[in-house]
This record gives sequence, structure tokens and C-alpha cells, in this order.
Amino acid sequence: MKEFNLQCPIPINEYPRVLLAHGGGGRLMHNLIEKMFSSAFSNDILMQGHDSAQINLATNKIAFTTDSYVVKPLFFPGGDIGSLAVNGTVNDIAMSGAVPQYISLGLIIEEGFEMEMLWRVVQSIASAAEAAGVKIATGDTKVVDNGKGDGIFINTSGIGLIQHDLNISPKSIKPGDVILLNGDIGRHGIAIMAEREGLEFDHKITSDCAPLNFIINDIINAGIEVHCLRDLTRGGLSSTLNELAESANCEILINELKVPVHEDVRGACEILGFDPMYVANEGKFITIVPAEQAEICLNILTKHNSEASIIGSISSNNEAIVKLKSRIGTMRILDMLSGEQLPRIC
Amino acid sequence: MKFLDEYRDPDAAKRYSELIRSITTKSWNIMEVCGGQTHAIVKFGLDELLPESIRLIHGPGCPVCVTSLELIDKSIEIASNPNVIFCSFGDMLRVPGSKKDLLQVKSEGGDVRMMYSPLDAVKIAKENPHNEVVFFAVGFETTAPANAMAVYQAKELGIKNFSILVSHVLVPPAMEAILSSENCMVQGFLAAGHVCAVMGYNEYFPIAEKYKVPIVVTGFEPLDILQGIYMTVKQLEEGRHEVENQYARVVDKEGNLPAQNLVSRVFKVGTRKWRGIGEIPDSGLVLQDNFREFDASLKFGLAELVVDEPKECISGIILQGLKKPNECQAFGKLCTPEHPLGATMVSSEGACAAYYRYRIKP
Repeated sequence: MKEFNLQCPIPINEYPRVLLAHGGGGRLMHNLIEKMFSSAFSNDILMQGHDSAQINLATNKIAFTTDSYVVKPLFFPGGDIGSLAVNGTVNDIAMSGAVPQYISLGLIIEEGFEMEMLWRVVQSIASAAEAAGVKIATGDTKVVDNGKGDGIFINTSGIGLIQHDLNISPKSIKPGDVILLNGDIGRHGIAIMAEREGLEFDHKITSDCAPLNFIINDIINAGIEVHCLRDLTRGGLSSTLNELAESANCEILINELKVPVHEDVRGACEILGFDPMYVANEGKFITIVPAEQAEICLNILTKHNSEASIIGSISSNNEAIVKLKSRIGTMRILDMLSGEQLPRIC
Repeated sequence: MKFLDEYRDPDAAKRYSELIRSITTKSWNIMEVCGGQTHAIVKFGLDELLPESIRLIHGPGCPVCVTSLELIDKSIEIASNPNVIFCSFGDMLRVPGSKKDLLQVKSEGGDVRMMYSPLDAVKIAKENPHNEVVFFAVGFETTAPANAMAVYQAKELGIKNFSILVSHVLVPPAMEAILSSENCMVQGFLAAGHVCAVMGYNEYFPIAEKYKVPIVVTGFEPLDILQGIYMTVKQLEEGRHEVENQYARVVDKEGNLPAQNLVSRVFKVGTRKWRGIGEIPDSGLVLQDNFREFDASLKFGLAELVVDEPKECISGIILQGLKKPNECQAFGKLCTPEHPLGATMVSSEGACAAYYRYRIKP
């Protein structure tokens, strides 16, 4: 990974905080872009310097997605709004089985935001983009009045190349298919919550924020006939499964004992009254594959995370419902979250 | 997880299930008082493990659910005041008042904040001397010590811009109200473990004696509840009506005396209106006279506000255990967690919400 200059290139003593003029189109904005953004994100596409990026793509079929990030606090154990904004969009692209290539970066900064903070976010974006193998192809900066934002909001859009012939969609889900999960759940939501509420645990719970494109690549390159992929963000595992059950009109059966949850996350959930099944993740996804390929797929997932697990299956296509075999062996519904368990976690 | 998984052990649960079956010869109706127990029963599907002749009745022990519409409307009135920072436990925010809920007040610009502790609200009051900070003090005996401590601290620190909207309720009077109603079907109680952790269980001896019902102080994990049911059924089958303590690892007979002392310094027993049930004498806590300056209801001139309950929601009947949530016409149709008609559909401890979330629909 590239070494980043830890010193902010905008002379902090000159402008310790972002001014409205930094988004005003004049010299200050030009300076900000030249000194901070261009130096951090430098690549051939961005350096074209047009109003829009011009890109030649290697495939006809692309995946295209957008997402906005308003997480509070901006920095949390295991990540920050910058790495989240890159990985979130990279992962949305990866869920089509696409290879993420370019992302756009829209920053909405509140007047008075510390320049040093902005520099930390920018470095984090650059480092996450490098790690995920994507280029920042275009960007935009706006500054809003003090009190009209909350530090910084980020929007990223992204495109990725679809190089496979699979039909990765809820419509491809079939009875008998097996559901795999790539590791433990609930860490992102609890890391944010612990930071926000000032909760302390023996070991700091860190967010699982990470890019998923390489692991998805491995699955597809291994020739697994992937029926569906979905990352578990807001609403957690439970909401994702319910969405899938609804769009595929199928019954999903999950074994609670097979869903890994770390001790510290379970403990925090017990204290806060949350159910880990509904807590957000930023580096977890489920793969739905034909039963005969489940073991091979599990092997690939396990290479990336030893806690990967087969958590359940599609039991029929009669009714859209998710059922959970509880840890004491009884059955119950795993319903979708109503309302918001934790606001502003991404 | 240590101290948790032991109480969720599937083999032990099966053994308890068999044990309960082996001693049950008649039909029995047992009420679990606390909403936390209702939640665990439905979440873990514990009733599936019981013989059909044992019917669990879900009691009124969810503080969110029993808070009267009147108090919800008062909270909305106070929170709508532009100078107020209104603090509340999260569950209260979605409870529908006559016209709207607290989340709507927030969306209209009200400063409504979700808290985990009333002491955080005192801190906010200290940091914002020009705002009135109000904490919605709901709960049973369990949350009373923390709320008492918040008021006590505010007084000690001379914080004048802090007050609480008191909605405290007490368990034993509610149990008596249920037992003395003419439709009462309850033959035994699982008493609420956390309430007893604070209050002990001396209060239950006269109730068990007067109404001839077994009362078993019970915890919240699957095995706690199954053991509590076993102990209750055993008493019923043997014709006993005693107070027993299943939750001895947390609860002792006297309870937490320093907490009780603090509560009685700040609060006194008073009449309380329960949502869906109505007024029960001596069933709630109100502020002592020397702490009246912290009473938000008085401070905001809302003491006289009276609101009647809507007719279409049968949460009162549900809370008394006379009907199961799925026996309500509106359940799952007109009334869902997204569009709740009553509080029992809002709170995660509410019987209707628990049924909606976890129950395999027939």
C-alpha cells in the first residue's frame, strides 16, 4: 500500500477550518482540489481535468451504483466515513459479481470543519481505494453553512465490469439452494454504537468495514454458479434475508447456531437490547449457491475468513418467509426490522 | 458466552420440557408478568416446549405499553416546545399519542433525544442552562432507582432546568388488579426477576396468601423461564400457593436496600392510570412534595390534561391476559409495528409486537 503524507498539504495554520469559500469555485477551492485532493487521489483519469471523466471500458456490461454516507461519529474503531464511502460502493458493485473500477466522490462539507479532519478523511479514502483497486475518476466539493451539515457527508458512485455470464439476482434463487455467510455479524453497528455512547469493553469492538470484491472474484473465478449475492448493511442479516425471501418469493430456513457472532458483540447486544441479527455490517455478505457447490464455495470463503459458515437454505418457494431454528431447537419467524434500530450508522 | 449460554442450553431445555410434561395432569393458566419474559418466551419459542394444557398469559409488565395515552400526549406537548430538549428511552418515541408520536415531533424540529440513562439527561441540562431538559421517566420498580438518582443529583447540583415526566408503575398493585377482576383466569404468576432484584419479594407473600396463587420470582433466560414454569406447575399440582425464588442468583428476599431508600426519598406511592386498564389506586410512583419542582407535568402546566383511550385497540384486554394478540381483529392487518394502534404493538417487550415478530403464522 502507498505511503501517505501525514502532513496536511493545505497549510493548517493558514486555514485550520474549512470556509464557505473552499466550495465557492474560486482560488481557495482550486487550492483545496490541487493540493489536497489531486495529490491524494492522483490517477490518469482524474488528471484529465475535465468536467466529466472519459473512460474506455473493457466490457459492454457494467454494474453502476450510488450511495451516500452520513455516519456519526465520522471516525470509529476499524474505519471512518472515508473508508466506509469507498468500501460501501465497492461492495455494492461486487454484489453483481462485477469488478469495481472507478468511483466518483462527492463531498458535502460543513463550514468550520477542521482541515486536519478533512485531510484524515481524504487519506482514508485514498488508502481504501488503493486497497480495493479502484480509481477516483471524478469528484465534487460543496461547502454548506455552519450548522447546516454535520461535519462531512460523502456520496460515492461507482462502476464495475461484469465479466461473467451468471444471472446474479433474487430471481435465480431456487428451492434447495444453500446460503453461506462470510464471517461473524454485528461488528460495524456495535462499534459505532459503542463509540457514540462511550461504552467501553475489555477489547475494543472494531467495525468489519472491508472491500469484498476480491473474495467475490475468487468465488466467480472458481466457476461457482452463484445464484445471488447480497451484502449485509443496514438492517443486518435478518433484513437482507427478508428482502430476498420477498423478491424471490421463497421460504428461507436459518440455523441460529451456525451464524457466528463474536462474544463481545453478543455481550454488547445483551446490554443494549439489540439482536445481532439486525445489527449492521460493512464487510459481510451472503452467497446463495446450488447445494452441490456449497462445500467448494465454503472452502473459498474460509480462505478469507475462518468463521465463514453455511447458515441455512431455501426450503421452498411457496411463501415469502424467513424461519429461524433457535439455539434451543424451536422455530420462529425472523422478521424484518421495523423502523430504525440504530440511526446513521453508514 | 459465559453466564448466558448455560441458560440457553438446548438439552437442558428439553429435559425441563419433559419434566414439566411429567408433572402436569390438569390445565393451568400461568401469567408471566414482565414484558422481558414475554419477549424471551416468544423469541425462543418456549411455549412450543410446553404441554398444551399449560397456557401462558402475557402480563402487563411492559412499561412502554402501560403508559397512558394521557402521558404520551403530555410528552408530545412538552417536546413540541421550542425551548425543550426532550429525552426518552428509545421505545417511547414510536408510541402513538392521540395525534402523533415523539418521532414526528422530532421531524417537525423538536429536540427529541434517545437516552440510555436519565443521568445523561441531567448532564445535558447542566450543559444547556438556557433550555428546559425533560426526561420521560417510564418504568417499573426496575428503572425507578436511576430516575430517582437523576432527580436527586439535579437537586444536589442545583440544576433548575431539569424535570421528569413521571410515568412510574408498580407491579404488585397490577397483579392484584388482575387477580381481583371478575374475568381473571390467572392461576399462577412468574414474578418479574429484575423488579424483584430492586424490591425483593416480601410484597408477594400477602398476595399469594390472599388470592391463593403461587408466585415464582423468575429470570429471563430460556432455562430460567422453564424452571419458573416448572416450579409454578409443581405448586399448582400439589395444591400449594407459596412465594418461591427461581432467580436466586440475582434476587434476594430484601432486594437492593440502598436503591429502595433512594426511591422512597424521591418518590411516593400514588394513583396511576394504566393504558388499556384504567386507574389503579396506589399503583404508581409520583414525586415527593420536596421534589415537586422537578415534575414536568406541573412545570409545563399539564397536570389537568385528561385524554380518553381509543376504542379500536384491545391492548387493555391483551394486557390483562384475557385475549392473545392474534385473537385481536386488527392484529397484523390494521395494526402492525409500522402502524401500531396501541403500545403493545410498539415496544419490543409488548406482547403484540413479540407475536408479530416471532410467531410462525398459522
